[in-house]
Amino acid sequence: MLLLLLPLLALCLPSYAIETSGKLLLTGGVSSLEGSAGGGITPWALIGGYGTRDQIGANAYYTNIEVSEYALESYGALVGLYDRVELSAARQTFDTQNVGTKLGLGKGFKIKQDILGVKVKVLGDAVLEQASWLPQIAVGAQHKWNHEGNLVRALGARNDTGIDYYVSATKIFLGQSLLANATLRRTNANQLGILGFGGDANQKHKMYLEASLAYLLHRDLALGAEYRSKPDNLKVAEEEDWYDVFLAWAPTKNISLTLAYAMLGQVAIQDNQSAVYTSLQLGF
Amino acid sequence: MMKLFVLFFSLSALAGPFEDFGGKEGLVKVVDDTMINLLADSKTKPFFEKADQTRIKEKLVEQFCVELNGPCTYTGQTMKRSHKGHDINSGHFYALVESLQKAMDKNRIPQRAQNKLLSKLAPMHKDIINK
Repeated sequence: MLLLLLPLLALCLPSYAIETSGKLLLTGGVSSLEGSAGGGITPWALIGGYGTRDQIGANAYYTNIEVSEYALESYGALVGLYDRVELSAARQTFDTQNVGTKLGLGKGFKIKQDILGVKVKVLGDAVLEQASWLPQIAVGAQHKWNHEGNLVRALGARNDTGIDYYVSATKIFLGQSLLANATLRRTNANQLGILGFGGDANQKHKMYLEASLAYLLHRDLALGAEYRSKPDNLKVAEEEDWYDVFLAWAPTKNISLTLAYAMLGQVAIQDNQSAVYTSLQLGF
Repeated sequence: MMKLFVLFFSLSALAGPFEDFGGKEGLVKVVDDTMINLLADSKTKPFFEKADQTRIKEKLVEQFCVELNGPCTYTGQTMKRSHKGHDINSGHFYALVESLQKAMDKNRIPQRAQNKLLSKLAPMHKDIINK
């Protein structure tokens, strides 16, 4: 909770005390569902916040995904250190609503998960290196703790904690007003970890590809699409790849709003779930 | 309908970014407005307030014109030489980009043409930031 307050407190600081928010609009991405800066459902190699290599940036977010049969909310905060290191914290709450009844948990049963993330920019600069084909590359990890260990084990999961490792490559083709990202993630998480880690169908960590493509309509507005391939470890709940189309708008460096239409496939025995994704981020 | 599409795309391909800026005249306006913005921003003001603004503007117009494949010759110093010892950090660099973006918006330069110019200027960071 303290981490959430930090960016808000910093907003109140007089701007002449320390220079902040030096980076260009939207070049810190938005907050993804797991807390790391990126698109909506996948991390990017960009370091979150608006701190340049001489500055610190931070932000807090709230995301709501509304589906007819259930809901997923996520909130958290991140700190970007010198455009090099990103530390993030997130909490996800899966409100099973009607699915809870079908799983025998009771209507509206909630599954919570906490995620701590770290990301380090390894090389390149997505914004400045326009003459080079080299993208900005970052490596990261997300340590996840599911609060409902007994439940996810009963569903067939092997574990209630897990660590995802990923490498992301982000390239902004400024001359074409395009941003492209590819992320390779090593994970065994079921539905991000909300249904635990590993399972009765498969328990090993495997590599999964995630991709984003965005068109920069204006410097404060990006329209894009994303894809995330996912494990399918549980016999009881088939898991499918995710897709979304999104619109991210940052009227100032202190606020951004992301709207998305997401196709989540099967999530906990509900077929072909399409979802409305809304996310608000405040920071500097 | 198909013909209309072909016509539209060939026309938009014909109007290159230099034309999108309104030629050299358009660039002069953009650079004039950029300088006004630079002097209004406390981050960039110290670098320009005591400098020969007329000369800087003239050289910027030449440079932008060249980068947009316009019929100009750049007669100024190298980026390395003109920025050396000014202690310019990435925050200053991005602040200049923002002043330029505001000026381009004011002059209604299409977004794609704006990004085209910025993509040509961005690699110059190597000779400017922390030099």
